[in-house]
Amino acid sequence: MNILERTIADLYENMPQVALFLGDYGLDPLERGITLGLWLESLPDEMYEDIGIDMQGLVENLEEYLLQQLMLQSGHLPVVNEITVIGGRDKSGTPEQLRLTLTRGSVTSIVGPTGSGKSRLLADIEWMAQCDTPTGRAILVNGEKPDPELRFSLEYKLVAQLSQNMNFVMDTTVAEFVAMHAESRMVENIAGVVEEIIMQANQLAGEPFSADTPVTSLSGGQSRALMIADTAFLSSSPVVLIDEIENAGIDRKRALSLLVRREKIVLMATHDPILALMADQRMVIRNGGIHRVITTTEREKENLTVLESFDNRLLALRTRLRNGELIEEVP
Amino acid sequence: MKLVTISGPPSSGKTAVLAGVIRSMIASGVKVGALKYDCLTTDDDAIFRSLGVPVQTGLSGNLCPDHYFVSNIEECLDWGFSQGLDFLLSESAGLCNRCAPHIKGVLAVCVIDNLMGATTPKKIGPMLKYADIVVITKGDIVSQAEREVFAFQVRRANPKARIMHVNGITGQGAAELASQFLNAPETTCLDGSRLRFSMPAALCSYCLGETRIGMEHQLGNIKRIKLKEEPIA
Ligand SMILES: Nc1nc2c(ncn2[C@@H]2O[C@H](COP(=O)(O)OP(=O)(O)OP(=O)(O)O)[C@@H](O)[C@H]2O)c(=O)[nH]1
Ligand SMILES: [Mg+2]
Ligand SMILES: [Zn+2]
Ligand SMILES: [Zn+2]
Repeated sequence: MNILERTIADLYENMPQVALFLGDYGLDPLERGITLGLWLESLPDEMYEDIGIDMQGLVENLEEYLLQQLMLQSGHLPVVNEITVIGGRDKSGTPEQLRLTLTRGSVTSIVGPTGSGKSRLLADIEWMAQCDTPTGRAILVNGEKPDPELRFSLEYKLVAQLSQNMNFVMDTTVAEFVAMHAESRMVENIAGVVEEIIMQANQLAGEPFSADTPVTSLSGGQSRALMIADTAFLSSSPVVLIDEIENAGIDRKRALSLLVRREKIVLMATHDPILALMADQRMVIRNGGIHRVITTTEREKENLTVLESFDNRLLALRTRLRNGELIEEVP
Repeated sequence: MKLVTISGPPSSGKTAVLAGVIRSMIASGVKVGALKYDCLTTDDDAIFRSLGVPVQTGLSGNLCPDHYFVSNIEECLDWGFSQGLDFLLSESAGLCNRCAPHIKGVLAVCVIDNLMGATTPKKIGPMLKYADIVVITKGDIVSQAEREVFAFQVRRANPKARIMHVNGITGQGAAELASQFLNAPETTCLDGSRLRFSMPAALCSYCLGETRIGMEHQLGNIKRIKLKEEPIA
């Protein structure tokens, strides 16, 4: 049945999105017995002038919004299992000659000087480039050319980003914040997801925080931990780009394994040898192009253990320094 | 020539985004010009000029910049033709929340930033609600979750628009936005065209320069606040 012919009482009871949508315009019908159509027609022109949209525009927007919500609920969007990058050319026009498939649950590090073309690569993936960007790259999803309209779908954004200079700006507590994100993703069991995310974030963070801590007062490490856990559980994007996770205040190994468990395609821009060797492979970017892809070797994996022990020794020194001890002996 | 109207709250990143778009357009051999409509003062013309594009600036002074825009856009359009432009990008300061420079049949863009808070999209008037493309900037400084929540709020405010993320500093996303501009409809003449949403005229005596307070000085279209009973705590 046409939405305009249903009563307001019926809509508010059975379609809470209608109330949310009208509420955004400050509209709150007091009389619930009449149909939405009649009620909207009864509003004076002056009212529409005030809310900055006419009745036709309002109805069209409502219908479009409900349609999108419906498609979301019915799981209409195709699942992303893998993404393939088909090489284009670097800044000098040299062909990349590459076909690289990134599967869910894999970790790839990206190395190369700043300005070498990391953002361009990410932008190509995000835009699902079809030889129509400066690099001439093409992106396949599940081995096929994606529908170009998907470029504009919020649910189908391929890349989620986590970088060092990101901060929380909203004035909410941790629990409210995560719940708000869960609502927008139309998650069923919101309370359960919120609890899980806060628990997982606390396992990543050095110092614990609670559900009612304001997000803006989290420390750097705690913020990063919450962002990672939230992205792992609630972001719709299959690819997660991490820009250098700093060593302080967060368990980096655990953070990566959480993202892998949640089947993310993890890309990690880093110059830290420990992080780089934790990845299954690394992409070397140079002069705007993917120069090489190196699979982490067995020898490298063995060296990782050595590097980690260096790191732990440094960490222990930091703790001693913080505690006001002398550092006259180095282990 | 293709006209594009770009509006958005102050400092939301309109010029930064357009700079990225212009670079990409120039690289593909298109001739671009810019217009900037503001209230009191602007430095945007210098930025556009430094990119090598011709600019005109219009300052509305004590008028609403969008009213000023409608009364002057035809002349600016003629200027664009005289310069032999392929694209004329018109940036307006979105200072009046009630008005928007968006015209039927002309590509309309609204630029807003992630720092404004999740409830902002619903508070922004026709400049957001009647835009074809909503560009969201400053995604580099807020969390992924806030970006996602913000974009969903924008969609509720304008479900028909295409939502694009552009970074005004690195230019990430600007080339993609430019590719959308290439599909904009041609504008040959605006005589007889219509705004997407009406703009209220100068309404009350204060619009006309009245400064004295008091009933007797209030003329024209006056609207009274509705005070409600507040429960006593
Ligand atoms: N971090 C960050 N800063 C940005 C971004 N986009 C713009 N800015 C900064 O925001 C400030 C305002 O950008 P402008 O492009 O001048 O904004 P505007 O909307 O044109 O401003 P007015 O014309 O004055 O209304 C500048 O300092 C920009 O560098 C972005 O994506 N990220
Ligand atoms: Mg500007
Ligand atoms: Zn106005
Ligand atoms: Zn007035």
